Amino acid sequence: MKVLVPVKRVVDYNVKVRVKSDGTGVDIANVKMSMNPFDEIAVEEAVRLKEKGVVTEIIAVSCGVTQCQETLRTAMAIGADRAILVECADELQPLAVAKLLKALIDKEQPGLVILGKQAIDDDCNQTGQMLAALAGLPQGTFASKVEVADGQINVTREVDGGSETLKLTLPAIITTDLRLNEPRYVTLPNIMKAKKKVLEVFKPADLGVDVTPRIKTLKVSEPPKRGAGIKVPDVATLVSKLKNEAKVI
Amino acid sequence: MVALVIAEHDNATVKGATLNTVTAALQCSGDVHVLIAGSGAAGAAAAAAQIAGVAKVLHADAPGLDHGLAESVAAQVVAIAAGYSHILFPATASGKNVAPRVAALLDVAQISDATQVISADTFERPIYAGNAIATVQSLDPTKVITVRTTGFDPAAATGGSAVVESLTAVAASVSSTFIGSEIAKSDRPELTAAKIIVSGGRALGSSEKFNDVLTPLADKLGAALGASRAAVDAGYAPNDWQVGQTGKIVAPQLYVAVGISGAIQHLAGMKDSKVIVAINKDPEAPIFSVADYGLEADLFSAVPELINSL
Repeated sequence: MKVLVPVKRVVDYNVKVRVKSDGTGVDIANVKMSMNPFDEIAVEEAVRLKEKGVVTEIIAVSCGVTQCQETLRTAMAIGADRAILVECADELQPLAVAKLLKALIDKEQPGLVILGKQAIDDDCNQTGQMLAALAGLPQGTFASKVEVADGQINVTREVDGGSETLKLTLPAIITTDLRLNEPRYVTLPNIMKAKKKVLEVFKPADLGVDVTPRIKTLKVSEPPKRGAGIKVPDVATLVSKLKNEAKVI
Repeated sequence: MVALVIAEHDNATVKGATLNTVTAALQCSGDVHVLIAGSGAAGAAAAAAQIAGVAKVLHADAPGLDHGLAESVAAQVVAIAAGYSHILFPATASGKNVAPRVAALLDVAQISDATQVISADTFERPIYAGNAIATVQSLDPTKVITVRTTGFDPAAATGGSAVVESLTAVAASVSSTFIGSEIAKSDRPELTAAKIIVSGGRALGSSEKFNDVLTPLADKLGAALGASRAAVDAGYAPNDWQVGQTGKIVAPQLYVAVGISGAIQHLAGMKDSKVIVAINKDPEAPIFSVADYGLEADLFSAVPELINSL
């Protein structure tokens, strides 16, 4: 079984982004870029399924600028077998990415697609569900555990108040939650090996997809700042402040 | 222009997040309908009809809609979508699961986690874990939106008198089956609806200490229990207690952060709380920069003392 793993290049999760003074976006010039953490979990899960003998080939996919090739090399260093870049310098929104991935599903016919549940830049949490809808496939989102057997996959999902388990008939779409696994560290020999793996490049037009944005960003601003509070010397003062000043207890 | 709210419910009652979503819907359009898609959900439909501001409740009932599977619920929503300018879901685990599916089937974009309605097509939403706020305009004819409940006051649960209309449930061909769920039973208020939250971090040191120290405080305050990602990853608290960018977004009247350093990802989930108390022995902990009242102390002595003085 082939598995497709889409990965997104985002501002590294340790970077505190700054809003540009002209309000057009956040400043990402010269900041460290990395693979979206949830996508790293997705690649790791695919590699584990391959190590268990369930999966035969892992194809990493990224949609975006030329530099996404670095992200794809990282995915191949973790263990993906080959990669596809859908190169596009313009902004790609989740619906457009889902359409590009749908075109790649048609081309590659994977048994499983594993995506991160959300990207930590736009925080949308949409692409996996949209892809499932466009491809007419069942979805197991926010997965904390997956088990593949007999053409089916059991997915334990994180939901409000606990977890639930679904059985999906393959092919299916999975999105990863934080605790699905802990991605391995990439080793130098694997980074070297990844450089030799195949990386194909397409344009959205090659896949017949219109990627025109449907949402216009009018402005990006700083969130309102919380006024600095005070330090209280002891518990008694804290209780008195909460009772008499804040009146919350 | 009519707005449709997809209710979150347990067939018997309507969940609180639906009320905040109704408020957001009323800011998009004066005419708001609510869809109850469930199985044996007459109770939830009757409850939805009581919500102030709701003009009509649509009730689709079928065994296949029992567990809110995304495939079935999305098909039901799409079947009635044509009459609506806005389709709103609460940005809960279940809303986030279904909404993008609906948007894609309608070939429209989705606005995630709207925190403010500027006009019928323009919304504010946080990006980069709340470190920036984007004002976005939808260019599509139908706006599919998930609503961050902390951004909107809840609509009154009673006082309305909407008509309830039965719909023929759509039979979706579904290749997913519900196997079971493990939902923790608790007498505590739900994390996202609680007025007071006591939240613990890695400094608690173990799951036993997490319970021993924080449970009595939460009991005393009638509070829900939360946790930082570090505490959840260390196994001190269950996954669904996690407050933060990728966990629950909360905004209680009082948030008590105990032994939480205050990583950006955590602050993103709780900084809209009305009053924040931080108890931490590290004077440099970032949590103090958002706390209204900071107590620099060892939590293992401060929390018991706090319990005794309440």
